Amino acid sequence: MELAIGIILGCCTLGAGIAMIAGIGPGIGEGNAVAKACEAIGRQPESRSAVTTTMLMGCAVAETTGLYALVIAILLIFVAPARLVDILVSAIGR
Amino acid sequence: MQTKDRRFRAVDVVLLTLTVLPFLAGILIKLFFVPPSTGIDITGAYVFFTLPTPLQPLPITESQVNSWLVVLALLFLSLYMTHGIRAGRKTKRQVIAEWIVEKTEDLVKGNMGDYFLGFAPFVAAIMAISAFSSLLSLLGLFPPTSDLNVVGGWAILVFFLITWYKLKCGPVYYLKSFCEPVAFFAPINIVSELATPVAMSFRHYGNVLSGIVISVLVSAGLSGLSNLLLGWLPGVLGEIPFLRIGLPAVLSVYFDLFSGCLQAFIFAMLTMLYVAGAFSPEEYQKRKDKAAARRARRA
Repeated sequence: MELAIGIILGCCTLGAGIAMIAGIGPGIGEGNAVAKACEAIGRQPESRSAVTTTMLMGCAVAETTGLYALVIAILLIFVAPARLVDILVSAIGR
Repeated sequence: MQTKDRRFRAVDVVLLTLTVLPFLAGILIKLFFVPPSTGIDITGAYVFFTLPTPLQPLPITESQVNSWLVVLALLFLSLYMTHGIRAGRKTKRQVIAEWIVEKTEDLVKGNMGDYFLGFAPFVAAIMAISAFSSLLSLLGLFPPTSDLNVVGGWAILVFFLITWYKLKCGPVYYLKSFCEPVAFFAPINIVSELATPVAMSFRHYGNVLSGIVISVLVSAGLSGLSNLLLGWLPGVLGEIPFLRIGLPAVLSVYFDLFSGCLQAFIFAMLTMLYVAGAFSPEEYQKRKDKAAARRARRA
Protein backbone atom coordinates (compact mmCIF):
# COMPACT_ATOMS: atom_id res chain seq x y z
CA MET A 1 0.00 0.00 0.00
CA GLU A 2 2.72 2.45 0.99
CA LEU A 3 4.63 1.53 -2.16
CA ALA A 4 1.58 2.18 -4.31
CA ILE A 5 1.00 5.59 -2.70
CA GLY A 6 4.66 6.42 -3.13
CA ILE A 7 4.51 5.54 -6.81
CA ILE A 8 1.40 7.73 -7.21
CA LEU A 9 3.05 10.73 -5.56
CA GLY A 10 6.28 10.30 -7.49
CA CYS A 11 4.55 9.91 -10.82
CA CYS A 12 2.34 12.95 -10.17
CA THR A 13 5.29 15.24 -9.46
CA LEU A 14 7.28 13.74 -12.33
CA GLY A 15 4.34 14.31 -14.64
CA ALA A 16 4.08 17.90 -13.47
CA GLY A 17 7.72 18.43 -14.31
CA ILE A 18 7.33 16.85 -17.74
CA ALA A 19 4.22 18.96 -18.40
CA MET A 20 6.17 22.13 -17.80
CA ILE A 21 8.49 21.30 -20.73
CA ALA A 22 5.71 22.94 -22.73
CA GLY A 23 7.05 26.22 -21.36
CA ILE A 24 9.71 26.10 -24.08
CA GLY A 25 7.19 26.76 -26.84
CA PRO A 26 5.70 30.04 -25.63
CA GLY A 27 9.18 31.18 -24.60
CA ILE A 28 10.56 30.82 -28.10
CA GLY A 29 7.39 32.18 -29.68
CA GLU A 30 7.16 35.25 -27.51
CA GLY A 31 10.87 35.90 -27.95
CA ASN A 32 10.36 35.89 -31.71
CA ALA A 33 7.37 38.19 -31.40
CA VAL A 34 9.23 40.69 -29.24
CA ALA A 35 12.28 40.59 -31.52
CA LYS A 36 10.14 41.38 -34.55
CA ALA A 37 8.32 44.11 -32.63
CA CYS A 38 11.66 45.69 -31.71
CA GLU A 39 12.68 45.58 -35.37
CA ALA A 40 9.42 47.19 -36.38
CA ILE A 41 9.77 49.95 -33.80
CA GLY A 42 13.36 50.52 -34.92
CA ARG A 43 12.20 50.91 -38.49
CA GLN A 44 9.16 53.06 -37.68
CA PRO A 45 9.51 54.66 -34.24
CA GLU A 46 6.25 56.57 -34.71
CA SER A 47 4.19 53.35 -34.74
CA ARG A 48 5.50 52.41 -31.32
CA SER A 49 2.21 52.32 -29.37
CA ALA A 50 0.29 50.32 -31.96
CA VAL A 51 3.11 47.80 -32.32
CA THR A 52 3.43 47.43 -28.55
CA THR A 53 -0.29 46.82 -28.09
CA THR A 54 -0.42 44.26 -30.86
CA MET A 55 2.70 42.56 -29.55
CA LEU A 56 1.27 42.26 -26.05
CA MET A 57 -1.94 40.79 -27.46
CA GLY A 58 0.01 38.30 -29.52
CA CYS A 59 2.16 37.38 -26.56
CA ALA A 60 -0.91 36.78 -24.44
CA VAL A 61 -2.44 34.50 -27.03
CA ALA A 62 0.84 32.65 -27.59
CA GLU A 63 1.19 32.16 -23.86
CA THR A 64 -2.00 30.10 -23.69
CA THR A 65 -0.33 26.77 -24.44
CA GLY A 66 2.20 27.35 -21.72
CA LEU A 67 -0.58 28.18 -19.31
CA TYR A 68 -2.43 24.99 -20.22
CA ALA A 69 0.73 23.13 -19.19
CA LEU A 70 0.89 25.17 -15.99
CA VAL A 71 -2.70 24.34 -15.10
CA ILE A 72 -2.05 20.65 -15.74
CA ALA A 73 1.08 20.78 -13.58
CA ILE A 74 -0.75 22.51 -10.74
CA LEU A 75 -3.57 19.98 -10.94
CA LEU A 76 -1.03 17.16 -10.87
CA ILE A 77 0.72 18.55 -7.81
CA PHE A 78 -2.18 19.81 -5.70
CA VAL A 79 -5.29 17.91 -6.79
CA ALA A 80 -4.40 14.62 -8.43
CA PRO A 81 -2.46 12.84 -5.62
CA ALA A 82 -5.30 13.04 -3.08
CA ARG A 83 -7.87 11.93 -5.62
CA LEU A 84 -5.76 9.07 -6.96
CA VAL A 85 -4.96 7.86 -3.45
CA ASP A 86 -8.68 7.93 -2.67
CA ILE A 87 -9.39 5.84 -5.74
CA LEU A 88 -6.64 3.41 -4.79
CA VAL A 89 -7.89 3.05 -1.22
CA SER A 90 -11.47 2.48 -2.34
CA ALA A 91 -10.30 -0.05 -4.94
CA ILE A 92 -8.23 -2.05 -2.52
CA GLY A 93 -10.83 -1.54 0.18
CA ARG A 94 -8.83 -0.65 3.24
CA MET B 1 -23.78 78.71 -0.38
CA GLN B 2 -21.71 77.83 2.65
CA THR B 3 -24.00 75.02 3.85
CA LYS B 4 -24.27 73.63 0.33
CA ASP B 5 -20.50 73.54 0.04
CA ARG B 6 -20.23 71.84 3.39
CA ARG B 7 -22.81 69.25 2.43
CA PHE B 8 -20.94 68.56 -0.80
CA ARG B 9 -17.74 68.07 1.17
CA ALA B 10 -19.50 65.73 3.60
CA VAL B 11 -20.87 63.54 0.81
CA ASP B 12 -17.35 63.44 -0.66
CA VAL B 13 -15.88 62.26 2.60
CA VAL B 14 -18.58 59.62 3.03
CA LEU B 15 -18.05 58.27 -0.48
CA LEU B 16 -14.27 58.15 -0.08
CA THR B 17 -14.64 56.36 3.24
CA LEU B 18 -17.00 53.86 1.67
CA THR B 19 -14.42 53.30 -1.09
CA VAL B 20 -11.65 52.49 1.37
CA LEU B 21 -13.86 50.61 3.81
CA PRO B 22 -14.25 47.38 1.74
CA PHE B 23 -10.47 46.97 1.61
CA LEU B 24 -10.18 47.46 5.36
CA ALA B 25 -13.04 45.01 5.83
CA GLY B 26 -11.21 42.52 3.65
CA ILE B 27 -8.05 42.84 5.74
CA LEU B 28 -10.06 42.44 8.96
CA ILE B 29 -11.89 39.38 7.60
CA LYS B 30 -8.55 37.90 6.61
CA LEU B 31 -7.08 38.63 10.04
CA PHE B 32 -9.97 37.22 12.06
CA PHE B 33 -11.40 34.37 10.03
CA VAL B 34 -8.72 32.94 7.76
CA PRO B 35 -6.20 30.70 9.52
CA PRO B 36 -2.62 31.91 8.95
CA SER B 37 -0.55 29.98 6.46
CA THR B 38 2.72 28.42 7.49
CA GLY B 39 5.75 28.34 5.23
CA ILE B 40 5.25 27.09 1.68
CA ASP B 41 1.52 26.86 1.55
CA ILE B 42 -0.13 27.26 -1.81
CA THR B 43 -3.77 26.55 -1.20
CA GLY B 44 -6.93 27.60 -2.94
CA ALA B 45 -9.47 30.03 -1.57
CA TYR B 46 -10.48 29.52 2.04
CA VAL B 47 -14.11 28.38 2.44
CA PHE B 48 -15.84 30.53 5.05
CA PHE B 49 -19.08 28.57 5.27
CA THR B 50 -21.36 26.48 3.11
CA LEU B 51 -24.90 27.49 2.26
CA PRO B 52 -27.35 24.60 1.89
CA THR B 53 -29.29 25.00 -1.36
CA PRO B 54 -31.77 22.57 -2.92
CA LEU B 55 -29.42 21.57 -5.75
CA GLN B 56 -26.10 21.24 -3.94
CA PRO B 57 -24.26 22.95 -1.06
CA LEU B 58 -22.97 26.36 -2.09
CA PRO B 59 -19.61 27.25 -0.52
CA ILE B 60 -18.94 30.92 0.20
CA THR B 61 -15.21 31.30 -0.41
CA GLU B 62 -12.61 33.96 0.12
CA SER B 63 -12.53 34.74 -3.60
CA GLN B 64 -16.26 35.42 -3.68
CA VAL B 65 -16.14 37.68 -0.63
CA ASN B 66 -13.12 39.54 -1.96
CA SER B 67 -14.71 40.10 -5.35
CA TRP B 68 -17.85 41.47 -3.67
CA LEU B 69 -15.62 43.85 -1.74
CA VAL B 70 -13.94 44.94 -4.97
CA VAL B 71 -17.34 45.52 -6.58
CA LEU B 72 -18.46 47.64 -3.61
CA ALA B 73 -15.23 49.66 -3.63
CA LEU B 74 -15.50 50.27 -7.37
CA LEU B 75 -19.13 51.32 -7.04
CA PHE B 76 -18.34 53.95 -4.43
CA LEU B 77 -15.20 55.03 -6.27
CA SER B 78 -17.20 55.73 -9.42
CA LEU B 79 -19.88 57.52 -7.38
CA TYR B 80 -17.12 59.66 -5.90
CA MET B 81 -15.59 60.39 -9.29
CA THR B 82 -18.92 61.48 -10.77
CA HIS B 83 -20.15 63.36 -7.72
CA GLY B 84 -20.80 67.00 -8.58
CA ILE B 85 -19.90 66.57 -12.24
CA ARG B 86 -21.01 69.50 -14.37
CA ALA B 87 -20.44 70.64 -17.94
CA GLY B 88 -17.75 73.26 -18.33
CA ARG B 89 -16.35 72.92 -14.83
CA LYS B 90 -12.79 71.73 -14.59
CA THR B 91 -12.09 70.13 -11.27
CA LYS B 92 -9.26 67.64 -11.06
CA ARG B 93 -11.67 64.79 -10.34
CA GLN B 94 -13.84 65.57 -13.34
CA VAL B 95 -10.83 65.73 -15.64
CA ILE B 96 -9.71 62.28 -14.50
CA ALA B 97 -13.20 60.82 -14.92
CA GLU B 98 -13.52 62.35 -18.38
CA TRP B 99 -10.10 61.03 -19.31
CA ILE B 100 -11.09 57.49 -18.32
CA VAL B 101 -14.35 57.65 -20.28
CA GLU B 102 -12.67 59.16 -23.34
CA LYS B 103 -9.84 56.61 -23.37
CA THR B 104 -12.26 53.68 -23.08
CA GLU B 105 -14.48 55.02 -25.82
CA ASP B 106 -11.45 55.53 -28.08
CA LEU B 107 -10.29 52.00 -27.38
CA VAL B 108 -13.71 50.51 -28.07
CA LYS B 109 -14.18 52.60 -31.21
CA GLY B 110 -10.74 51.67 -32.49
CA ASN B 111 -11.15 47.95 -31.87
CA MET B 112 -14.84 47.29 -32.40
CA GLY B 113 -16.16 50.04 -34.63
CA ASP B 114 -18.88 52.60 -34.05
CA TYR B 115 -21.69 50.07 -33.83
CA PHE B 116 -20.33 48.76 -30.51
CA LEU B 117 -19.85 52.11 -28.78
CA GLY B 118 -22.39 51.05 -26.15
CA PHE B 119 -19.90 48.42 -25.07
CA ALA B 120 -17.56 51.00 -23.54
CA PRO B 121 -19.03 50.81 -19.99
CA PHE B 122 -18.92 47.02 -20.03
CA VAL B 123 -15.31 46.99 -21.19
CA ALA B 124 -14.31 49.59 -18.61
CA ALA B 125 -16.09 47.65 -15.89
CA ILE B 126 -14.46 44.35 -16.76
CA MET B 127 -11.04 46.02 -16.96
CA ALA B 128 -11.49 47.80 -13.64
CA ILE B 129 -12.80 44.79 -11.73
CA SER B 130 -10.07 42.57 -13.11
CA ALA B 131 -7.28 45.06 -12.36
CA PHE B 132 -8.51 45.81 -8.85
CA SER B 133 -9.01 42.12 -8.09
CA SER B 134 -5.44 41.35 -9.11
CA LEU B 135 -4.11 44.35 -7.20
CA LEU B 136 -5.77 43.08 -4.01
CA SER B 137 -2.70 40.92 -3.50
CA LEU B 138 -0.75 44.12 -2.76
CA LEU B 139 -2.81 44.38 0.44
CA GLY B 140 -2.01 40.78 1.33
CA LEU B 141 -5.51 39.62 0.43
CA PHE B 142 -6.39 36.65 -1.71
CA PRO B 143 -6.76 37.92 -5.30
CA PRO B 144 -10.08 36.60 -6.69
CA THR B 145 -8.54 36.38 -10.17
CA SER B 146 -6.30 33.54 -9.01
CA ASP B 147 -9.46 31.46 -8.63
CA LEU B 148 -10.57 29.79 -11.84
CA ASN B 149 -14.24 30.01 -10.84
CA VAL B 150 -14.26 33.82 -10.79
CA VAL B 151 -12.47 34.28 -14.11
CA GLY B 152 -14.41 31.39 -15.60
CA GLY B 153 -17.62 33.23 -14.78
CA TRP B 154 -16.46 36.29 -16.68
CA ALA B 155 -15.35 34.15 -19.61
CA ILE B 156 -18.75 32.43 -19.75
CA LEU B 157 -20.38 35.87 -19.79
CA VAL B 158 -18.18 36.82 -22.74
CA PHE B 159 -19.05 33.52 -24.45
CA PHE B 160 -22.76 34.33 -24.15
CA LEU B 161 -22.10 37.76 -25.65
CA ILE B 162 -20.18 36.23 -28.55
CA THR B 163 -22.98 33.75 -29.25
CA TRP B 164 -25.61 36.50 -28.95
CA TYR B 165 -23.86 38.64 -31.54
CA LYS B 166 -23.34 35.66 -33.83
CA LEU B 167 -27.06 34.87 -33.59
CA LYS B 168 -27.92 38.44 -34.51
CA CYS B 169 -27.20 37.61 -38.13
CA GLY B 170 -29.76 34.82 -38.02
CA PRO B 171 -29.63 31.19 -36.86
CA VAL B 172 -28.94 29.93 -40.36
CA TYR B 173 -25.90 32.16 -40.70
CA TYR B 174 -24.76 31.05 -37.25
CA LEU B 175 -24.98 27.37 -38.11
CA LYS B 176 -23.35 27.98 -41.47
CA SER B 177 -20.41 29.66 -39.77
CA PHE B 178 -19.47 26.29 -38.26
CA CYS B 179 -19.15 24.75 -41.71
CA GLU B 180 -16.24 26.95 -42.76
CA PRO B 181 -14.40 26.25 -44.99
CA VAL B 182 -16.22 22.91 -45.61
CA ALA B 183 -18.86 21.03 -43.63
CA PHE B 184 -16.27 18.40 -42.80
CA PHE B 185 -14.59 20.82 -40.35
CA ALA B 186 -17.70 21.28 -38.18
CA PRO B 187 -16.45 19.31 -35.12
CA ILE B 188 -13.17 21.21 -35.10
CA ASN B 189 -15.02 24.52 -35.34
CA ILE B 190 -17.30 23.59 -32.45
CA VAL B 191 -14.32 22.65 -30.32
CA SER B 192 -12.55 25.91 -31.14
CA GLU B 193 -15.75 27.80 -30.30
CA LEU B 194 -15.92 26.13 -26.90
CA ALA B 195 -12.21 26.62 -26.36
CA THR B 196 -12.58 30.39 -26.44
CA PRO B 197 -13.90 30.86 -22.87
CA VAL B 198 -11.64 28.09 -21.57
CA ALA B 199 -8.55 29.74 -23.05
CA MET B 200 -9.58 33.19 -21.83
CA SER B 201 -10.16 32.08 -18.26
CA PHE B 202 -7.07 29.87 -18.13
CA ARG B 203 -4.92 32.70 -19.47
CA HIS B 204 -5.99 35.17 -16.84
CA TYR B 205 -6.08 32.78 -13.91
CA GLY B 206 -2.88 31.02 -14.91
CA ASN B 207 -0.93 34.23 -15.10
CA VAL B 208 -2.04 35.45 -11.69
CA LEU B 209 -1.66 32.04 -10.04
CA SER B 210 1.78 31.40 -11.57
CA GLY B 211 2.90 34.77 -10.15
CA ILE B 212 1.76 33.68 -6.69
CA VAL B 213 3.41 30.26 -6.96
CA ILE B 214 6.71 31.69 -8.17
CA SER B 215 6.72 34.42 -5.48
CA VAL B 216 6.06 31.87 -2.72
CA LEU B 217 8.69 29.46 -4.02
CA VAL B 218 11.33 32.19 -4.38
CA SER B 219 10.75 33.65 -0.94
CA ALA B 220 10.71 30.19 0.69
CA GLY B 221 13.87 29.22 -1.14
CA LEU B 222 15.60 32.44 -0.16
CA SER B 223 14.74 32.01 3.52
CA GLY B 224 16.10 28.46 3.38
CA LEU B 225 19.29 29.71 1.77
CA SER B 226 19.56 32.45 4.34
CA ASN B 227 19.21 29.92 7.17
CA LEU B 228 21.94 27.86 5.58
CA LEU B 229 24.41 30.69 4.97
CA LEU B 230 23.72 33.10 7.83
CA GLY B 231 22.50 30.66 10.47
CA TRP B 232 25.80 30.98 12.39
CA LEU B 233 24.98 34.58 13.41
CA PRO B 234 24.29 34.78 17.15
CA GLY B 235 20.81 34.99 18.66
CA VAL B 236 17.90 36.55 16.81
CA LEU B 237 20.15 37.70 13.95
CA GLY B 238 20.50 34.12 12.78
CA GLU B 239 16.75 33.67 12.51
CA ILE B 240 16.06 36.72 10.36
CA PRO B 241 16.06 35.72 6.68
CA PHE B 242 18.25 38.55 5.38
CA LEU B 243 18.45 37.18 1.84
CA ARG B 244 14.68 37.58 1.50
CA ILE B 245 15.12 41.36 1.34
CA GLY B 246 14.95 42.71 -2.20
CA LEU B 247 14.26 40.02 -4.76
CA PRO B 248 10.66 39.17 -3.71
CA ALA B 249 9.84 42.88 -3.85
CA VAL B 250 11.09 43.10 -7.43
CA LEU B 251 9.08 40.00 -8.33
CA SER B 252 6.04 41.53 -6.68
CA VAL B 253 6.34 44.67 -8.80
CA TYR B 254 6.29 42.51 -11.90
CA PHE B 255 3.71 39.90 -10.91
CA ASP B 256 1.34 41.99 -8.82
CA LEU B 257 1.50 45.41 -10.45
CA PHE B 258 2.54 44.91 -14.06
CA SER B 259 1.10 41.48 -14.75
CA GLY B 260 -2.17 42.22 -12.95
CA CYS B 261 -2.84 45.35 -14.98
CA LEU B 262 -1.63 43.73 -18.20
CA GLN B 263 -3.92 40.74 -17.77
CA ALA B 264 -6.88 43.06 -17.13
CA PHE B 265 -6.07 44.92 -20.33
CA ILE B 266 -5.64 41.70 -22.30
CA PHE B 267 -8.89 40.22 -21.00
CA ALA B 268 -10.80 43.37 -21.98
CA MET B 269 -9.00 43.51 -25.34
CA LEU B 270 -9.84 39.87 -26.14
CA THR B 271 -13.45 40.44 -25.10
CA MET B 272 -13.67 43.32 -27.55
CA LEU B 273 -11.95 41.46 -30.38
CA TYR B 274 -14.03 38.28 -29.99
CA VAL B 275 -17.35 40.12 -29.72
CA ALA B 276 -16.53 42.40 -32.63
CA GLY B 277 -15.32 39.44 -34.68
CA ALA B 278 -18.54 37.53 -34.01
CA PHE B 279 -20.66 40.20 -35.65
CA SER B 280 -20.58 41.15 -39.31
CA PRO B 281 -22.38 44.45 -39.93
CA GLU B 282 -22.93 43.73 -43.66
CA GLU B 283 -24.73 40.47 -42.97
CA TYR B 284 -26.79 42.12 -40.24
CA GLN B 285 -27.73 44.96 -42.60
CA LYS B 286 -28.67 42.45 -45.29
CA ARG B 287 -30.90 40.58 -42.85
CA LYS B 288 -32.50 43.79 -41.65
CA ASP B 289 -33.18 44.90 -45.22
CA LYS B 290 -34.72 41.55 -46.02
CA ALA B 291 -36.99 41.74 -42.98
CA ALA B 292 -38.00 45.28 -43.88
CA ALA B 293 -38.78 44.22 -47.44
CA ARG B 294 -40.89 41.35 -46.17
CA ARG B 295 -42.76 43.67 -43.84
CA ALA B 296 -43.33 46.15 -46.68
CA ARG B 297 -44.68 43.39 -48.93
CA ARG B 298 -47.10 42.29 -46.25
CA ALA B 299 -48.37 45.81 -45.58
